[in-house]
Amino acid sequence: MTSPTSTLAAPPAAHALARAGVTLLAGALFGFGLSLSTMIQPQVVLGFLRFSDWGLMLVMGGAVLVTLLAYQLAPRLMKRPVFDAHFHAHASAWNRETAWGAALFGVGWGLCGVCPGPAIAGLGAGNLDLLWALAGIAAGALAQGWSRQH
Amino acid sequence: MTSFQSLFPFGWQHYLLGGVLIGTGVALLFICTGRVGGMSSVFSSTWSYVLQRPFFQQPRFVGTRGWRLVYAAGLVLGAAVWWLGLAGGAPQSTGLPAWQLLLGGFLVGYGARLGNGCTSGHGICGLGSLQWPSLMAVLTFMATAFLTANLFAWALPTPQP
Repeated sequence: MTSPTSTLAAPPAAHALARAGVTLLAGALFGFGLSLSTMIQPQVVLGFLRFSDWGLMLVMGGAVLVTLLAYQLAPRLMKRPVFDAHFHAHASAWNRETAWGAALFGVGWGLCGVCPGPAIAGLGAGNLDLLWALAGIAAGALAQGWSRQH
Repeated sequence: MTSFQSLFPFGWQHYLLGGVLIGTGVALLFICTGRVGGMSSVFSSTWSYVLQRPFFQQPRFVGTRGWRLVYAAGLVLGAAVWWLGLAGGAPQSTGLPAWQLLLGGFLVGYGARLGNGCTSGHGICGLGSLQWPSLMAVLTFMATAFLTANLFAWALPTPQP
């Protein structure tokens, strides 16, 4: 296991670089995993949604299990993250917006079989069709933000 | 055995291993930086570079846009390693018409941002932190996705993979 670093006075610049490097590496593991599990292929996702292949449950299950362990154990075993001051939490809320947002997200996902991660990762795997989905997602995020006052 | 194989006609190992690697990425990000690594926020936070509207200039976007882009670049990099290393660089295609990707993508982007999370934000990070609102979100989008995919397949039959 990683032990908490005791060099609290480490140069911030070095830590900023380490954070960037580890963020890139974390993204790369994510992208490699999405590719290996064929989640970047919309046909496979649509196959799951049409009950012909249950693989997506294993992908989700494996990812949630490892994440659960890290999210539960790290804050108990470590005073702070290796390269930063504290662990963040992103609280979710159940309200009208979450319900509508999730419902619309599902309609879109059921239509094209692409969600945000695979839309980005697919480009690295030379699947340029996914640029259409990426453009759609960016436009959707723009429209959602644009319709807000603040 | 036969019923197990019928659940996973393309095998199951690569699904489980891929899922564990995805989780390892999210875990590494948290352990080293304390960050919660959902994917859909990058689509809002990146707009903050070019749009001055107050919505996009919120600290939760401006303060995280840098690392979110690095995380997204990592995603592309990891997929490229798989493509060139394991898939032999063979051309990939979705086999879907552009309008379907564009329209589906639009709803995915709008819905994920309105609902504050997607398959990774609510699905992996939300469930991983045992938040019941995320479980509700996952059940909701799974339900509408099942419904849409099957209605669509019924209305417009396309060759299955």
